Amino acid sequence: MKHRLQFKRVGCVAASAVALAFATMAQAKVEGDTIILGSAISITGKYSQEGKNASDGYNFAVDAINAKGGVKVGGKSYKLKVQYYDDESTPARTAQLLERIINQDGIKFTLGPYASGPTKAALPVIEKYKIPMVEAEGASRSLFTQGYKYVFAVLSTSDQYLAPAVDLAAELAAKNGKKASDLKVALSFENDPFSLDVRAGAVDKIKEHGMKIVVDDKMPRDLSDISATMTKIKALKPDVILVSGHTKGATTAVRQAKEMGVNAPIVAMTHCESAKFTTKFAGASEGILCPTQWAETLTYKDSLFGTAKDYYNAFLKAHPEYKIVPYQTAQASAAVQVWADAFERAQSFDTEKLRDALAKTQMQTFYGNIKFSPAGNNVEKPMVLRQIQGDKYVVVAPTKYASDPVVYPRKAPK
Amino acid sequence: MWDNLQILGVAPIFNVQLILNGVTVAAVFCLVAYGLALVWGVTSVKNLSQGDLVMMGGYGAWELARHGVHPILALIPVSAIMFAFGWIIYKLIIRRVIQLDLFTSLLATFGLAITIQQSLNLAFGPDVRTVESGFGQIKLFGGMIEITQIKVIAFGLCVLLAIAMVLFLKKSRMGQAIRATAQDPRAARVLGVDTDLVYAMTFSINAAICGAAGVLIAMIWVIQPFYGIAYSVRAFVIVTAAGLGNLPGVIVTALGLGVLEQYSGFVIGAQFQQATIVGLLLAILIWRQMTLLRQRKSLQ
Repeated sequence: MKHRLQFKRVGCVAASAVALAFATMAQAKVEGDTIILGSAISITGKYSQEGKNASDGYNFAVDAINAKGGVKVGGKSYKLKVQYYDDESTPARTAQLLERIINQDGIKFTLGPYASGPTKAALPVIEKYKIPMVEAEGASRSLFTQGYKYVFAVLSTSDQYLAPAVDLAAELAAKNGKKASDLKVALSFENDPFSLDVRAGAVDKIKEHGMKIVVDDKMPRDLSDISATMTKIKALKPDVILVSGHTKGATTAVRQAKEMGVNAPIVAMTHCESAKFTTKFAGASEGILCPTQWAETLTYKDSLFGTAKDYYNAFLKAHPEYKIVPYQTAQASAAVQVWADAFERAQSFDTEKLRDALAKTQMQTFYGNIKFSPAGNNVEKPMVLRQIQGDKYVVVAPTKYASDPVVYPRKAPK
Repeated sequence: MWDNLQILGVAPIFNVQLILNGVTVAAVFCLVAYGLALVWGVTSVKNLSQGDLVMMGGYGAWELARHGVHPILALIPVSAIMFAFGWIIYKLIIRRVIQLDLFTSLLATFGLAITIQQSLNLAFGPDVRTVESGFGQIKLFGGMIEITQIKVIAFGLCVLLAIAMVLFLKKSRMGQAIRATAQDPRAARVLGVDTDLVYAMTFSINAAICGAAGVLIAMIWVIQPFYGIAYSVRAFVIVTAAGLGNLPGVIVTALGLGVLEQYSGFVIGAQFQQATIVGLLLAILIWRQMTLLRQRKSLQ
């Protein structure tokens, strides 16, 4: 008798647990008047700095949209909210967490993680469950060659990062009576998907102009020392130095180049902003060219934030701990805007209708024009090249958007 | 590859740059490895949190620099704080695993490593940080060779610290007790050595050395809560290659590996630096195993 009672009780608990699970499954994506977006992002680990830049961008846009009344779907206003998980900067963890977001939390709308590695791991999961993702931080070209249908990226792909610097070098060489094919290039790149993509794009351009690669080193993965590469560069005196290795690579390169007296007429690096060149390496970073997805001096604007400059000022006011607004933050905000726009155009929470609406996105945001190719990458926004002049970033290329002329050749820092 | 070798032949001056870089890089690694070898030899605990203690030292220097203390001066307070931290960690954790098997002490120090990483991340954030020493460059051979003064100073400090350590171990009572315990803890205990105190002292000295290395690293390279692992690995490589209990060997091996790393980076490319080091370690281990086998055979 006692046994049977116990059995019944267990049965009841199990049944209610199942019922509860189903109830949350059905509601978790939209809870009351709140639409929940899910994101696994780097809060700890090696991408935690950039991960924070990105999640601050997501949150800033969510707050701005909510403050303006949220998103209107079917005549009702919904607020946005982002549910975060920490992927510890590990791609395998990103994939696990997306399974969790989709299966356990029942979230149907996702925002991307930070960096191409984690994004690459996330995409098979979202394709499997047919859950759309708007991502803002995975720029690798390889993300858009797999035929994925549920990913939409607001940023330019990584192969376009340093290519404009090569073009600029060729342009300036021609102006100064030198042939582009006489130029020597030194490359120092980290051995990760993102940096290698940047390298591939640059190498394509280098070949196009017929330049010669004299140094082609990958940075040692765990160590922040590239003095061997720098010694080689010093010995071979190239005309162009290209560096990409996230924040650590940029910090190490700018520091060791100055220490060892290494310079070239054109020096271009990625991640100048997150390495805080203008504040931490004022002087040493003078004249370095930095590609950026976005600059606050660009003339794009939208109805939510106003101009790029308005966004810049508003963000700095809300986050006084930032000295400048990194592009990672701006593009993360733009990704949230894309979601908001898709909800309003689809007038539905159906993932297929939303996917179609996302695919038809054509809008201008403070961050730039957004229109997706069938592969999901943004084809309407070019990369911008800025040079550090007097400890400020000024846009120098492409010449169409340039606010100032480029200082060439770069002077050796004192 | 041959092009790069040719450069060294045509302009031998770059050899000087490579050797200088290698030696100065190695000096800092040498400190970390020295502390590891000490703890390993005396307590037989393989400290996986070695690199994280280094990062703690680096953050100590960074925090003091924010309050206007010059990073070189920060060496003293940071070492003192790290000594105290080492003592606490010994009393809380190491003491309990010292008698247990290898796996338990590995797990315990691995746990300690993760705790330190995450605490640093919470306290200082995930930014890559540097501390500026404000020192200039030394130019040799008409600017062909440039090396920062801070690297030279760091090298000098490492040498000083190493000499001080050797003198301490040879001359002081505590040093003698440490050496006695390393040889045979049981015998040392019988002869009245407080081995618990010796263990505590050893671990704390190691923490202090790591702290000092961290201060130098913050000035020469970069610090980040999760970059400690590189220094742990490198220290293990050096100690393993030098052979256990061989403290002078640690210094020679560290310097040798440092220079070799620069050469492999220069000649075959920076991506092979680490592979060269690990490949060499493998060769040393195989060679040592073979010589051991030969000895055993001759015994039979």
